[in-house]
Amino acid sequence: MLDDFLIRALIAGLGLVLATGALGSFVVWRRMAYFGDSTSHAAILGVALSFAFSMPFYLGTLAVAVGMALLVAWLTGRGQGMDTVLGVIAHSALATGLLAASFIPGLRMNLDAFLFGDILAVTRSDLVWIWGGALAVLGLLVWRWQRLITASVNEELAVAAGINPKFERLILSLALAIVVAIAIRIVGALLISAMLIVPAAAARGFARTPEQMAGSATFIGALAVVCGLFASLRLDTPAGPSIIVVSAAIYAVSLVAYRK
Amino acid sequence: MTAALIQARDMTVSHPGADLPVLSHVSMGIQPREIVTVVGPNGSGKSTLVRALLGQVALTSGRVERARGLRIGYVPQRVHIERAMPMTVRRFLSLPTRVSDAQAAAVLERTGVPGLEQRQIAALSGGQFQRVLLARALLNDPQLLVLDEPTQGLDQPGIVAFYRLIEEVRQETGVAVLMVSHDLLVVMRASDRVICLNGHVCCEGTPQVVSAAPEYRALFGAEAQGTLALYRHHHDHDHDHVEEHVHGPDCGHHHHHREG
Repeated sequence: MLDDFLIRALIAGLGLVLATGALGSFVVWRRMAYFGDSTSHAAILGVALSFAFSMPFYLGTLAVAVGMALLVAWLTGRGQGMDTVLGVIAHSALATGLLAASFIPGLRMNLDAFLFGDILAVTRSDLVWIWGGALAVLGLLVWRWQRLITASVNEELAVAAGINPKFERLILSLALAIVVAIAIRIVGALLISAMLIVPAAAARGFARTPEQMAGSATFIGALAVVCGLFASLRLDTPAGPSIIVVSAAIYAVSLVAYRK
Repeated sequence: MTAALIQARDMTVSHPGADLPVLSHVSMGIQPREIVTVVGPNGSGKSTLVRALLGQVALTSGRVERARGLRIGYVPQRVHIERAMPMTVRRFLSLPTRVSDAQAAAVLERTGVPGLEQRQIAALSGGQFQRVLLARALLNDPQLLVLDEPTQGLDQPGIVAFYRLIEEVRQETGVAVLMVSHDLLVVMRASDRVICLNGHVCCEGTPQVVSAAPEYRALFGAEAQGTLALYRHHHDHDHDHVEEHVHGPDCGHHHHHREG
C-alpha cells in the first residue's frame, strides 16, 4: 500500500496536519504569522547547508530554524523591534541559502522542490521523519497546553500564576522549527505558514473554545489535504498549492458561519 | 500592628538604563481584611509597586515579606483578549488551574454575573468582563486581592457598582484588598487606608487624612479639590486630624511632571 505515491502523500499530509492544527491556532492567537513566514524562508539556508554537508535536510532545516528563533529572541531581548529583526534575519538567511544553493549542483536542480514542495515524491523515510516530528510537536503542545493557553491569553495573568511566558514562547518557537523542517518537503518553504494560518483562521468561525479551534483546524487541514491531493491528481495541478487553495476556500465559507 | 499579609520594607526598584529609581525606599504593609488603595499620577510607580509586591520584578534594595503560604488573587491592568482566540467565560475560569462547574457557577454568582458561563469573553461588556476577572481571581480563595486599575474603561455608575462589589466581597470572605487606581473620586470612600505614591510614599492614612494632606493636593491639583468637595459632602471631615498622617520626605510640588 505504501508503494503508491498517492497513499504516501496522503499519509505525509495528514501527519503534518496533526501538528499544524494546534500550532497554527497559536500562531493566529499570538500574531506569529510573520514569525512563521520568516522561519520557513530561513529554512532554505538549512536545506543548502544539509546538501553541502550531505546530511538529511530535516536536520539542517531544524538547526537553522531553531538557531533563528534563538537569535530573534536574543536580539529582541536587546531592544530591537521584532518586525525588523525578523525581516533582517529571515531574508538574510534566505538570500544566503539561495546563494549557497547555486554552488551545489544537486540542489540547484532541486531547489523548486523545497520552495514549492513536492508531496508526491515523499519516500518511506520521509514519512518516518514527518510523523515523528508531528507527534513530537503535538506532544509538546499537549504537555504544556494549560500554560501555553494562559500565556497566550494574557502574560501578566500567566506570570501571576507562576508561568514563565518567555519559556512558553520558546516552546512554541521550537515547535515551529520542527514543523518547518517537516513541512518544507510537503508544501514548500513559501507555503508553510499558509498551512499553519489558513486552516486555523477558518476554524475560528466554528469554535467557542481554544480546544475546539485547535481541533477544527486539524480537521479542516486534513480535509484540505485530502481534497487538495485529489484535485491535484484530477486537474494535474501542483499538490502543495492545491492544498492551500482548498484551505482558503474553506476559510471563505467559514466567514459566513463566523461565530462571535 | 498584627501580622501583615504582605510587607514591603525600604523597597527600591530601578529599571535598567533609567537614572532615577521608579520606587525609592517604599515601606508599606497590608493587614488582613484591609482595603488599601494606592493613588498616584501616571508614572508614579503604581504598577511597579504591585509587581514588586507580587515578586515579579527584582528589587534594587529592601525586601518584601509575605505571610507563609499567602494566596493572592490578581487582576492585572488592561487585560485584553484577542478576538482571534475563542474563549468562553467558563473556559477562562479554568486557566491555568481547572475548576469544577460548581465552583465556576458559585464564583460568578458571588461577583454578580451568574449564568455567564457560555458567553464569549469578547462579547462581554466592560463591567461584565471586569467581574469575570474578579471571579477568576477569587477562585483560589485568596487572602489578598490585588487589583491594578480595575475600573479602567468603566463609566461612573459602573465604577461605583464595582467598588460596592469589592466591599461586599471583603465583607463576605474577609479578603484583604490592594487596589491601584487613578480615579480619585470613588476610590477614597471604599478604602480603609489610602497611600499616595509618587516614586515614594508621599502620604498615607485614612481617606480623610490623605485628601486633606497638602502633598496630596499638590500632586493632584484641581482634581483633588473636586475629590475633597465630594468627600466632604458625604463624610464629616475634621481638619484636626491632618497632623496624623505620615509624611514622606520631599513630597509634592517638584514631582509633577516626572515621567517614567
